[in-house]
Amino acid sequence: MSGHDSKYFSTTKKGEIPELKEELNSQYKDKRKDAVKKVIAAMTVGKDVSSLFTDVVNCMQTENLELKKLVYLYLINYAKSQPDLAILAVNTFVKDSQDPNPLIRALAVRTMGCIRVDKITEYLCDPLQKCLKDDDPYVRKTAAICVAKLFDINAELVEDRGFLEALKDLISDNNPMVVANAVAALAEIQENSTSPIFEINSTTLTKLLTALNECTEWGQVFILDALSRYKAADPREAENIVERVTPRLQHANCAVVLSAVKMILQQMELITSTDVIRNLCKKMAPPLVTLLSAEPEIQYVALRNINLIVQKRPTILAHEIKVFFCKYNDPIYVKMEKLEIMIKLASDRNIDQVLLEFKEYATEVDVDFVRKAVRAIGRCAIKLERAAERCISVLLELIKIKVNYVVQEAIIVIKDIFRRYPNTYESIIATLCESLDTLDEPEAKASMIWIIGEYAERIDNADELLESFLESFPEEPAQVQLQLLTATVKLFLKKPTEGPQEMIQIVLNNATVETDNPDLRDRAYIYWRLLSTDPEAAKDVVLAEKPVITDDSNQLDPSLLDELLANISTLSSVYHKPPEAFVTRLKTTVQKTEDEDFAEGSETGYSSGNPVDSAASPPATTGNIHPAGRQPAPAPAVPAPVPDLLGDLMGLDNAAIVPVDEPTAPSGPPLPVVVNGQGLQISAQLTRRDGQVFYSMLFENNSQVVLDGFMIQFNKNTFGLAAAGPLQIPPLHPGTSARTMLPMVLFQNMSVGPPSSALQVAVKNNQQPVLYFTDKIILHALFGEDGRMERGTFLETWRSLPDSNEVQKEFPGITITSVESTIELLAAFNMFFIAKRKNGSQDVIYLSAKVPRDVPFLIELTAMVGQPGLKCAVKTPSPEIAPFFFEAVELLFKA
Amino acid sequence: MPVAASAIYFLNLRGDVLINRTYRDDVGGNMVDAFRTHIMQTKELGNCPVRQIGGCSFVYMRISNVYIVIVVSSNANVACGFKFVVEAVALFKSYFGGAFDEDAIRNNFVLIYELLDEIMDFGYPQNLSPEILKLYITQEGVRSPFSSKPKDKPVPNATLQVTGAVGWRREGLAYKKNEVFLDIVESVNLLMSSKGNVLRCDVTGKVLMKCFLSGMPDLKLGLNDKIGLEKESEMKSRPAKSGKTIELDDVTFHQCVNLTRFNSEKTVSFVPPDGEFELMKYRITEGVNLPFRVLPTIKELGRTRMEVNVKVKSVFGAKMFALGVVVKIPVPKQTAKTNFQVTTGRAKYNPSIDCLVWKIRKFPGQTESTLSAEIELISTMGEKKSWTRPPIQMEFQVPMFTASGLRVRFLKVWEKSGYNTVEWVRYITKAGSYEIRC
Repeated sequence: MSGHDSKYFSTTKKGEIPELKEELNSQYKDKRKDAVKKVIAAMTVGKDVSSLFTDVVNCMQTENLELKKLVYLYLINYAKSQPDLAILAVNTFVKDSQDPNPLIRALAVRTMGCIRVDKITEYLCDPLQKCLKDDDPYVRKTAAICVAKLFDINAELVEDRGFLEALKDLISDNNPMVVANAVAALAEIQENSTSPIFEINSTTLTKLLTALNECTEWGQVFILDALSRYKAADPREAENIVERVTPRLQHANCAVVLSAVKMILQQMELITSTDVIRNLCKKMAPPLVTLLSAEPEIQYVALRNINLIVQKRPTILAHEIKVFFCKYNDPIYVKMEKLEIMIKLASDRNIDQVLLEFKEYATEVDVDFVRKAVRAIGRCAIKLERAAERCISVLLELIKIKVNYVVQEAIIVIKDIFRRYPNTYESIIATLCESLDTLDEPEAKASMIWIIGEYAERIDNADELLESFLESFPEEPAQVQLQLLTATVKLFLKKPTEGPQEMIQIVLNNATVETDNPDLRDRAYIYWRLLSTDPEAAKDVVLAEKPVITDDSNQLDPSLLDELLANISTLSSVYHKPPEAFVTRLKTTVQKTEDEDFAEGSETGYSSGNPVDSAASPPATTGNIHPAGRQPAPAPAVPAPVPDLLGDLMGLDNAAIVPVDEPTAPSGPPLPVVVNGQGLQISAQLTRRDGQVFYSMLFENNSQVVLDGFMIQFNKNTFGLAAAGPLQIPPLHPGTSARTMLPMVLFQNMSVGPPSSALQVAVKNNQQPVLYFTDKIILHALFGEDGRMERGTFLETWRSLPDSNEVQKEFPGITITSVESTIELLAAFNMFFIAKRKNGSQDVIYLSAKVPRDVPFLIELTAMVGQPGLKCAVKTPSPEIAPFFFEAVELLFKA
Repeated sequence: MPVAASAIYFLNLRGDVLINRTYRDDVGGNMVDAFRTHIMQTKELGNCPVRQIGGCSFVYMRISNVYIVIVVSSNANVACGFKFVVEAVALFKSYFGGAFDEDAIRNNFVLIYELLDEIMDFGYPQNLSPEILKLYITQEGVRSPFSSKPKDKPVPNATLQVTGAVGWRREGLAYKKNEVFLDIVESVNLLMSSKGNVLRCDVTGKVLMKCFLSGMPDLKLGLNDKIGLEKESEMKSRPAKSGKTIELDDVTFHQCVNLTRFNSEKTVSFVPPDGEFELMKYRITEGVNLPFRVLPTIKELGRTRMEVNVKVKSVFGAKMFALGVVVKIPVPKQTAKTNFQVTTGRAKYNPSIDCLVWKIRKFPGQTESTLSAEIELISTMGEKKSWTRPPIQMEFQVPMFTASGLRVRFLKVWEKSGYNTVEWVRYITKAGSYEIRC
């Protein structure tokens, strides 16, 4: 049997709201009920039906439970917008809370708690007090949660009226569901309060462990989660707790299983007996494996958690690697996580099997997965010395398939293998060199060049190989240039013959005189001086032995790992971030400002959710939610010399040396967030300052690692915008941020094809994969200071351009408040006032501007002061950029 | 924090809100827009089911043509959130009688609102048992069981049952004939290398139960699993009977099973819900009897021709037979012409999934069947990228066969009125993900 509610979504031709109003006031019950259903249907599809508030509330007094529920639902949605009218409902609520029917009593209390209107909250206290002591457990369990709701609205009230004591009493209730809800409410209140409210002692512990056996699956989750904070007094108590909890591992509900695992892992910290530990590890493995036969989304959560668990206790799943083999139809997110765990579980015992799998994956379709599989082989080689040779032979087999991205990825990991096992596997270099021509990714190219430089003495034609790269030196990305420079110096030091000597001169010349990249220049000068003053010293420095590398990628810091394990099954364990790193929202007052931002639907709404920016708002009532990662950066620590994989000099690689010409502490107006990936959030915007275009950027590191070696690259774009210098960002410690103004040049890398305001940017650092994002080129950042025109020239230009060069757009949403302020605003962005006139009640303003390469922009703005609506017409020799201008206008006036 | 959701949205594939319910104030009303612009429209939908945008996290899954999106801003319990969605969908299905899709939601939106109000409070999941909820949330909704009008017959203690220790069974059930149906359904998952080595193989089984029993019966189930048998013989201090025993890797139970008792005595005892439910799930990796062996040989003859030969052998008892056998043999995208012969069944080239689909309606035990095909390919320019050879996939059902060898030894029913029950047991083995690389 199925319902036929869809009819309520159909609309009639007549004005909808008046018609509904009429029906709501009908004398027939059925008609009223249908009308309420229509109202709810309209609400669902996003229509504003708040104007019917009084009429809907009038239907509240009813015998019909279904109708009552619908009215309550309406109230929850609109009470906030009509606080004065909401008071009309109070009487019915209070009356319902005394109804003989427990379902109605509970419904009334439940709904009142959801209405966040002060006047209603006042009236909630008395009914809530009664309901907490109600005879019916259904009412009590609802009231228990309601206390948490009230605490969220008004914490003081909860404390003053003694609700906390009443709630604590419910822990001893004879009904397990009441106990479970009371525990959930208390745990939440504790989390948002600094004073000790809900402390678990051994008596509560026993009580709750007993309730665990009887309550619903969800109740078990609440109780287990609350108990996982409990610290057992001694190993014996811990063992006892664990014994009571282990049966939960057999539950069909994955949330129960994960919460039980969390609790057992916590208690295991205290247990000293190795037998008990071994036994527990054995017991936990099968349920964890079983989670992998659940829905893919649940598998994903399980896998992210297993990733943490195997880092802490590798023995648990040491023998289960097969269950992590990828199925062909697994979603990509499941495959990626399985791969990560396979690397973690790979050992000398199972490596052959694992390698066969990786090889299979490396021939699949999804490029990202294939790359990760190839990288996984490399990581296994670095991790398992005895298997390194087998890993390399698999990589060589893959290179032979000649799939371009497989080859490039393989070369990148082989470079790491060479670093890990120097002077062991050089025999394969010849094979690698065969693929030289196909390399087109900077990282692969740089890796290959490093290999050639490092082993120059064993490669007969090393000079020829390097020479082939030199021709394109100026066009290469910085990463490749740096490697070429170092490799050539190595070559020269190893084979100081004529050929290399010539090469080194070309390179040094290119890297000092021709380049504007200070990193490259600095490094080149150091080499130059070393070579010219003391070639032996240069040898000692450049060809020095490098420290051995290990595979610690994706290994978490032990203290962070412990924190994450305490959060198993939560978002924190899925993101691998501590809760305070992403729970940024402060409750109550701050909330409101955010909502308004979202209401505008502007892109920038997200960044203004940043509590630092809204620092002026009243302090939050909640105590322990820290907006970590949002505080102003502490003084940047001395950049630690990070051992660079490529073994470059003195950590000079990339941007490890921090110039101090830009303040590192955040300042200035908030920038729109452009990208947020792997814990790195970048906000950026093009701006103009002192006649120069800058890319103003803010980097916030919300990840767990220090990020350094930032580099930026701009894709070809309509205006040929490119960085005028390297990106200068100091090493970013977790939770800190840095701001920079990157000077930009125009017409460096012009794109062909139709003009577009898209600015594609790639940012990378030494720790994370490249982050790509698309920003908008805001045209007014490009308007030149020389855009002012004489009146006569303006008119002449206007006339000389054909009408087809005129483009118009109306902005119904923009209101001009005064002509003067508009002129002032636009002048600040190099749009210069020419003349104004009145056309009836409308004001018409003429302005001129100039985009680089001297393209004049003639602007006519028409608007009625104080009335919404702005008409904008531009005439320019390149009308194709007019749409960008309109975007700019919109941005300027909305701001 | 065990909070599972601050708000829950049901969206269709275009991103229109079908229904939504906000449970907490900490997420803005139009966060769903962020979901649309940053996840749905960016083709990142399939990338990761848990995403953070702005200050909110989105936890979502797709079920038929509906996206169910949970929005939270705190450190919520994600496992709880996903499980809640899964259970809620099962509940809705039980109410609408089958399908859960866009139309079903539109047609039942009042009911769904009502259920959403009941099954989650302030983001905390409450009782989701269809059995109990149906007591007081009725589909017609016209009469409430608690309506104070005397003519309505009230259900006496619905609220006690919702919160009670047996929160999944209502009291006072009466059947003329007391019957229990047990279905043992096993899915065999196999990953075999092209050389015929078993890379991974396991069986995930379910014990499905349909109960039509009066009163409040206590049930006890006995299987031929090793630990259970050992424990039993230990308790009765007599040696275990000989016969095939199997080792279960893991078992999980419906919430009605007393887990503490299972842990100490290894017996499966429970008070069942009324009607159909999944009593337990188990997993076995040792000693799996594979019902089918597949031996593929694929030869690429030059750039435009391929020869495919697939032999399928049934290795279960000669008296049994498999039903609905489907073998999907992948072929390259640029397949132009196929030519094949089969010894049994019918084969077809399906270009939309780039597979030869070979169907055999009935496949007796201890027999074999072959397909040989010649495939002509369109020669493509350049592109040396070789064909990735996805695995051969197989579907089948074998009634009265368990790949694990699991058997039900007994099912005992106690009820204070002492009635007799009739028990029916069925076994069936199906293909899970049965993949053979080639």
